[in-house]
Amino acid sequence: MAARGTSVLTRIAQAIPVLFGVIVISFVLTRALPGDPAVQFAGIMATPETIEETRVKLGLDKPMPEQFVIYLGQLFQGDLGQSVSTGRPVVTELASRLPASLELTLSALILSCVVAVPLGVLAATRPGSWIDQICRLLVTMGVSLPTFFTGVMLIYIFYYLLGISPSPLGRLDFVYLDPPHVTGFFLIDAAVDGDWETWFGALKQLVLPAVTLALFTLAPIARMTRAAMLSALSSDYIRTARAAGLGSGRILYGYAFRNALLPVVTTLGMVFSFVLGANVLVEKVFAWPGIGSYAVEALIVSDYAAVQGFVLSMAFLFVFLNLLIDLAYSLIDPRFGTSGK
Amino acid sequence: MGVLTMPTRRDFLKAGAVLAGTLPFARTFSALAAGSDTLVAVSGQTVNSLDLHRTGTNRASYQIAVNCYDRLVSFGTKQAEGGGLSYDYSTIVPELAESWTFSDDGMKITFKLKSGAVFNDGSKVTAADVKWSFDRAVSVGGFPTVQMKAGGFSRTEQFVAVDDETFTITLDQASKLSLPDLAVPVPFIINSKVAKENATTDDPWAMEYLHLNTIGSGAYSVTRWDAGQQVVFERNDKWVGGPTPPVRRVIMREVPSAATSRALIERGDVQVAFDIPDKDAAELADKVTVHSTPIENCIHSLCLNSKFEPFRDPDVRKAVAYAVPYDAIFKAAAYGRGAPLWGGAPKAEDIAWPRKSPYDTDMDKAKEHMAKSGFPDGFEIKLSISTGLSHWMEPTALLIQEAVGKIGIKVEIEKIPGASWRTAALVEKRLDFHLENFGGWLNTPDYYFFWAYQEGHLFNSSNYSNPEVEQLTNETLHMPMDDPEYAPKIMRMIDIVYEDLPRIPLWQPALNVALNGAGGYKFWFHRQLDIRGLTSVES
Amino acid sequence: MNKILSSVAKTSAPEAPSPTIAIPTKSKAKSGALGHLIYVLRENPVTALAFIMFGVMVIAAVFGPYIVPYDPLATDSDSVLQPPSFSHWFGTDNLGRDVFSRVVVATRLDLVISVAAVALSFMIGSFLGAIAGYRGGWTDITLNRVLDTIMAFPLFVLAMGVVAALGNSIANIIYATAIINIPFYARLVRAEVNIRRNAGFTLAAKLSGNSDARILAFHIFPNALPPMMVQVSLNLGWAILNAAGLSFIGLGVRPPTPEWGIMVAEGANFIVSGEWWLALFPGLSLMVAVLTFNLMGDGLRDIVDPRRRT
Repeated sequence: MAARGTSVLTRIAQAIPVLFGVIVISFVLTRALPGDPAVQFAGIMATPETIEETRVKLGLDKPMPEQFVIYLGQLFQGDLGQSVSTGRPVVTELASRLPASLELTLSALILSCVVAVPLGVLAATRPGSWIDQICRLLVTMGVSLPTFFTGVMLIYIFYYLLGISPSPLGRLDFVYLDPPHVTGFFLIDAAVDGDWETWFGALKQLVLPAVTLALFTLAPIARMTRAAMLSALSSDYIRTARAAGLGSGRILYGYAFRNALLPVVTTLGMVFSFVLGANVLVEKVFAWPGIGSYAVEALIVSDYAAVQGFVLSMAFLFVFLNLLIDLAYSLIDPRFGTSGK
Repeated sequence: MGVLTMPTRRDFLKAGAVLAGTLPFARTFSALAAGSDTLVAVSGQTVNSLDLHRTGTNRASYQIAVNCYDRLVSFGTKQAEGGGLSYDYSTIVPELAESWTFSDDGMKITFKLKSGAVFNDGSKVTAADVKWSFDRAVSVGGFPTVQMKAGGFSRTEQFVAVDDETFTITLDQASKLSLPDLAVPVPFIINSKVAKENATTDDPWAMEYLHLNTIGSGAYSVTRWDAGQQVVFERNDKWVGGPTPPVRRVIMREVPSAATSRALIERGDVQVAFDIPDKDAAELADKVTVHSTPIENCIHSLCLNSKFEPFRDPDVRKAVAYAVPYDAIFKAAAYGRGAPLWGGAPKAEDIAWPRKSPYDTDMDKAKEHMAKSGFPDGFEIKLSISTGLSHWMEPTALLIQEAVGKIGIKVEIEKIPGASWRTAALVEKRLDFHLENFGGWLNTPDYYFFWAYQEGHLFNSSNYSNPEVEQLTNETLHMPMDDPEYAPKIMRMIDIVYEDLPRIPLWQPALNVALNGAGGYKFWFHRQLDIRGLTSVES
Repeated sequence: MNKILSSVAKTSAPEAPSPTIAIPTKSKAKSGALGHLIYVLRENPVTALAFIMFGVMVIAAVFGPYIVPYDPLATDSDSVLQPPSFSHWFGTDNLGRDVFSRVVVATRLDLVISVAAVALSFMIGSFLGAIAGYRGGWTDITLNRVLDTIMAFPLFVLAMGVVAALGNSIANIIYATAIINIPFYARLVRAEVNIRRNAGFTLAAKLSGNSDARILAFHIFPNALPPMMVQVSLNLGWAILNAAGLSFIGLGVRPPTPEWGIMVAEGANFIVSGEWWLALFPGLSLMVAVLTFNLMGDGLRDIVDPRRRT
């Protein structure tokens, strides 16, 4: 147990250079963006003098290394800076938007897993059968469509034509008030509050964007499950287990599935981080007040602090997630070395 | 964050209950939202500050200054060309000022404030508040200061609070632009007592407080602002700036996707869709009420940069002007919304502006000019457009690319991200061939020329320079429009720039608004939604 | 402490599945690989279909510009936004351009973008991953941290940043797509190699005097191929979708170049107004292409997988 604790600490220590790398790259990348924020924020009708004033106000007149040191200093105080375009501290902005993105992404992933993992297992037990082929076709179609296209299609069908889903305007229709803030996840907050009307309101808004994202994530999960299950089922220990006369259910779930989990968990982690990034497009279509749409807007207007804050918080999330995956690896696959690498 | 951006449910409901009077303590206020007391409007733009004077405040945020604050004066109202109402540049009407007088030399304006005017906290509006607000506008730098300068206001000494209800402005030069410049959104009147309470030594103008709070005497106050999502306006019943607004609450939702906005307005889930694309406007016109108002003093132009060698050749510029497929562009990019600006008389006959250029699509003439030019075999060039404006720039650019290809000009289309567009096009002025959409707030031709045809000025992205135009513009800028010298000078300016062609006018764009279950829409030069006159019945 | 842990982990680890490494049995008259290919295709008609579709795509990519009925760039203001008809199979767009011609001609560019991006990330990724997984130690640590750093970025936003910073040309879109995919391959290969680097067959190969590079390339790496094929097949599709997403944000291929992603992105704005064909046909092409890549990936997996070759 103590050894495992040390190993966790080691991993956390390993995350430090990664985070530092992210800080440096995001700093350089934002500065490499074309466009001059001073010009952007000086507004229309700006004269050269007002642009210069704005530059000084934003601290962009200082040499690059000095800007970086100032930025680092602020970071250590937990200050991600002020977003120039929204005029609010980046931390506040992220704190209010991150739960929206997480709620959407997690709902989509859960939905996706519930459908995809059984599909993958089913397909793997009958490789080559028509069930396998149909599974393949279905999930592949899902991943083959750009999310913004699926989103607009779903809105067109379920809102515009059929009128059964609510207007695609963010997390809650304007007739509801936000539930009291506990976690920032509306479904959880409304449930904690016992306000089921708002809960259903939030759920209704969540369905279309979550389905859009889930359709997109079915494929990697289902396919990795299938591939990993096939690989596990054709391995020698399964043959041995079969030869030893173990029941097929036990073989399937006790041995094969456990071994197949390894690549599935990796894929899940990858999909999660991919989807949080890809959320951008879905958020845009559904006017979802998430972190992705915030980042895109910030990137387009060269709002340095906002882009860096977004990237950094995502990096933190990712590192944390990676840690979980690594630990899961060592739990699932004892072959995988946990020694400090 | 303050109470405003994230009110607790209880605060918000309390506020709602007070204002709505009989609102029961309900978890939802759907009954209210559906009633005639509330309108929901959607717009693709996002409000990023409640304070127009702040550095970085975007255009969409000007609606706060318009609806939640008063100015001394405002513009009158007239019937608009594309249906609905429009502001009227030619008449100035009182807003916070009851009356005003000019001194005989036109150098000093004295305003009498309305004695019943109160801020949203109930305190009286005094001349000291006006002075503080104007001082702020000329001191904070950036856009507000520049816009104040256009009217001749640049120093705090120019503003004097004589007594509680008397306020004077001293000008350095009598100008026809001064009074209209007080009716633009910038010189709005702030409750200086509240502002000073929230000012610090680092922040003497209370920028942080005004960023999140509206403390004006305007028709509405912002009771809730969720950045990136919505702004909720509640009516101030004691407003004296104009007739009491018919609608108690207006919710402005931000919907980035135009397709979503269209679905919402078409289904009647929202009552106003502001600034919708031309295509949607054209197609929705027979289903809901659509107002497409040509934007005054605004021209979508094709700019030929004089930095680029071939464009110094007048024949090349004319060849391009004759090659442009104006009609096809107007149909494909504007869906016929707005006003055509081609095929006009050879010489200007009056001072109407924007006016039709004498050019029309004529391939033979284009080829003739090209053959005469120093570049009979054509050349290669990049046509630059902004990603942020690609909805009209892209189809326009594609049609121009195809057309000028026929006279040997090989065009590659370059899309520049929104952030670098301003830098490249307007500040560095380095784009050889590009599209541009300047529109002047103050509706006089000289004002347009000042920004778009004067050397070094921001919107002169073609680096145009003509001594005669420079001189004429400077002469006419402050000259009253009824001066007998004014019209001939303006017509001369128009003839010169249409001969020289640094900017080829394409069309005058329209601002499109769709209403479904609402009325009382009024067009403004600042292109923001004025909610003060909106009604919940179709007009 | 770590040493103890690792030795415990090692001793408790069951021997890796014994390597049934490629020893093609020449039981059939035909050569092994080809025979196996035909066998797989015959056994799996869907894979065969995928290969046929891929063939069609390649033909469209190579000959597309010569066989389409209209110039994909030619505008026609008289037939704007026409629904599909006999003269315009897929209708026309807002400038009167023929959607069918544009969809067919776009095939080449989309194939180039996806294949180039995936090939680039496959090569770089597996090279880095294999070395890191095999060498272990500091090499592994360093490379791993670098990869983690890239991967810690929200990938789509990183791609956006790269394209925004470098400018939106086709090459930059390919680079951006490649960069964000490198860690996927590298990690996958690293994990596979890491498991096998101390496996019996590796030790056996080492003892018989093979060089490290040879062992890595011919003994360990082939084992990593099947999962990588799945990844490649998915990524080819993702690469196109990534380009489409960039277009949606306004950072895609330059107009008027026809490209499926841009066409879908632009067409999406026309769906609610009823001009469904603008987004649908390029969308379907995109879907068919990704479908083909995925089904092929499955097929390839069956062909490459040494376990199924016996």
